[in-house]
Amino acid sequence: MKQFAKLFTALDQTTKTNAKVEALAQFFRESEHDQDKLWTVAILSHRRPKRTVNTTLLRHWASEEGSIPLWLFEESYHVVGDLAETIALTLPPDFEEQDQSLTYWIDFIKSLGKLEEEEKREKVKWAWRQLNYAERFIFNKLITGGFRVGVSQKLMVRALAQYTGIEENTLAHRLMGDWTPDDTTFHDLILSSDPMEDLSKPYPFYLAYALDEGPEDLGAPEEWQAERKWDGIRGQLIVRGDELFVWSRGEELVTDKFPEYAVLAEKLPNGTVLDGEILPFKDGRPLSFNLLQTRIGRKNITKNILKKAPVILMAYDLLEWEGQDIRQKPMEERRKLLEYAVAQCNEEVLMLSERLQFDNWEALAEERDKSREYDSEGIMLKRKDSPYRSGRKRGDWWKWKIDPMMIDAVMIYAQRGHGRRANLYTDFTFAVWDGDLLVPFTKAYSGLTDKEFREITAWVRKHTVERFGPVRSVTPHHVFEIAFEGIRASNRHKSGVALRFPRINRWRKDKPKEEANTLADLKAFLNA
Amino acid sequence: MSLLEFRKEGIYCPQADVYIDPWRPVKRALITHGHADHSRWGHQYYLCTTSAMPVIRYRLGDINVETIDYGEKKSIHGVQFSFHPAGHILGSAQIRIEYKGEVWVVSGDYKIEDDGFAEAYEPVQCHSFITECTFGLPIYKWKPQQEVFDDINSWWQKNKEEGKVSVLSGYSLGKAQRIIQHLDTSIGQIYTHGAVENVNEVIRSQGVKLQDTIRVHQGLNKKDYIGNMVICPPSAMGSAWIKKFKSASLGVASGWMMLRGARRRRAADRGFVLSDHVDWEGLNTAIEASGAERIFVTHGYTDIFRRWLAEEGYDAQIVETEYEGELTEMSDKTDSNEEE
Repeated sequence: MKQFAKLFTALDQTTKTNAKVEALAQFFRESEHDQDKLWTVAILSHRRPKRTVNTTLLRHWASEEGSIPLWLFEESYHVVGDLAETIALTLPPDFEEQDQSLTYWIDFIKSLGKLEEEEKREKVKWAWRQLNYAERFIFNKLITGGFRVGVSQKLMVRALAQYTGIEENTLAHRLMGDWTPDDTTFHDLILSSDPMEDLSKPYPFYLAYALDEGPEDLGAPEEWQAERKWDGIRGQLIVRGDELFVWSRGEELVTDKFPEYAVLAEKLPNGTVLDGEILPFKDGRPLSFNLLQTRIGRKNITKNILKKAPVILMAYDLLEWEGQDIRQKPMEERRKLLEYAVAQCNEEVLMLSERLQFDNWEALAEERDKSREYDSEGIMLKRKDSPYRSGRKRGDWWKWKIDPMMIDAVMIYAQRGHGRRANLYTDFTFAVWDGDLLVPFTKAYSGLTDKEFREITAWVRKHTVERFGPVRSVTPHHVFEIAFEGIRASNRHKSGVALRFPRINRWRKDKPKEEANTLADLKAFLNA
Repeated sequence: MSLLEFRKEGIYCPQADVYIDPWRPVKRALITHGHADHSRWGHQYYLCTTSAMPVIRYRLGDINVETIDYGEKKSIHGVQFSFHPAGHILGSAQIRIEYKGEVWVVSGDYKIEDDGFAEAYEPVQCHSFITECTFGLPIYKWKPQQEVFDDINSWWQKNKEEGKVSVLSGYSLGKAQRIIQHLDTSIGQIYTHGAVENVNEVIRSQGVKLQDTIRVHQGLNKKDYIGNMVICPPSAMGSAWIKKFKSASLGVASGWMMLRGARRRRAADRGFVLSDHVDWEGLNTAIEASGAERIFVTHGYTDIFRRWLAEEGYDAQIVETEYEGELTEMSDKTDSNEEE
């Protein structure tokens, strides 16, 4: 645990990529326990031990142990914005030295699962007393989940490559899939070759960068393939050994969530891997993303859900064919094979993402303007001779999204942020005019610079009307331009609408509040 | 009539017709210390401690100022006033007000730990205590300052070994001198931003000993800074000024660095938890030591801290003031009003 705590502190103390990779590589070199290395890899790739204690209990025990009333603990939590950190900060500073491994503490946390509440309480408090500040914080993070250390999987893989001498892409592949440190070892997972041992293993996704300007700088239009950008969940569908596996982009195995695809296990030949969009689709057109989102949240997929929000796979690409990894073949060749595979399969649940016809960039821009008619988010551009790369890489794939919808709104509530932005007011509620009334219609968190957040925070402190716990109502004054990707009618909201991806586009200091938009203006987007 | 009242101009003593740390221009002002939110421009008369005066005069120019020594008594219309060390910065004071056996203390900004530079805090007994609570939450617990300075010095040493400049920010008045005084100059030289050096000059000229520092100026070469320490105000951190140091490691010394979120938001390489305000334990210790039953909380986490005190059995109230505590340390203000 000491070594891991040292690693964590080093990672936390720097913003520089190279320093982070170096700290990780050093940890891998120096750590005495292979299992600790594996857990570190697991934690940094978002694989965590199952939660064995709920956070309500933790809050109670922390306030007991810190000798402060629960309400004061909760207020502190609002300010800190992170439960694990709040607990570590409010516990008495004294501790007894220990030198157990990271794996020891993870096993300790796992062992809590089957205990009675009273036993859990004693054990957790005992653990807190053994650990120093940094170790407590880590211990709490392991218990509560959500361990963000500012290290992407990519950086972790880079450090691992430095340490093992194995190529990054190979490592990325080995790390994918459905493993936990409980049923493998550092040696088996990372050091041993033979990636095909696990039939379910997906390929790393190739992710596109956003095209901010138009496509004119990309060169000749004929070198590019264009498709619509669909608004679902990016997924990879694998058929190997007569079995079907579906992966979401979050590297989560979601096969069971989408029984619609089961039929493809027989219809597609073994050794086929497709890249596509898991898209809710009915009567010839895509459904709202919200339907898919509610569906993912459900534990059981009922008949009703299957009827209301059926999915298809909108296929974009073919990564493996007849058992061969074909990612290095040019896009055009892969596309021909993909069209063939989809045609042969001939199942409604597998659709081909159509290519758009365009002779010049102007024609494509016109297609892009029609995106909303197709319920799509814009255009995807892929270079015809490009391989299928791993991760987010510039150059060959671009997403050219449609411009968001915009509305000018008045800020009426403010709430402190979390994590990096604890202590600043960053979460705002916005309203539009309905006659003389301001009707709240959305919250938005992001879009301002840190400097603007500090400025608005100072203003909020001086213009608070009322406080409701962490939320403050403020004097209506400031107007912000809110951008959003979609809008739908909703009776759960006072305004009668719900927005998709709302965010602050800019602070309209030039506009008095009276000139903000009205509810009627907002509702006009419903029919747009 | 209450001995002290809270008016829109500031804290007021009607019997003596004086204000304490007023934020609007008044006839007579008693000043706890030289930070901009406590000693403001425009009063017709100022009273402050002898050691606080030079900086206040430097900042406010030609003002009508009288000084008083710690512990010395001054009677105004029958009200006894005396100034007692607050441990916040050089010359900072708690002001004790006594009239017909009733005693109030306005503590201004203060900290309990003796920092070896400001006159050490002394508890003052009173009936009513007016206190800040900038860090009035149980998450704020300072380590003994020696541990923090050890961290700062080893960070400096490591930067030097890597051929880097160490740039550390802290308020020009108070924090900067406290840091300078505890740096290990066997590692290298201390350079200062102009705003810091101006204060250093004032403080040295009043006979206070401070380690040697060199003002950053055009004539210096980029190479001169390598391996050395530069002390600057927080506002310089995000500015173009910082670019003159090639390959620098940036540090921030502030109580706000207690929180991971605040450390990361600063985009500095290192955050050192160092404050000139009391932490949670300190606040509770000071309130208990004052013996007061009535507590007025002025700035900081006032709602929360008031409730805590009420549950502890105090008659606790919130007073709205325009004091900012260490808030400005987190914002981008100009040098003139960057202090707490």
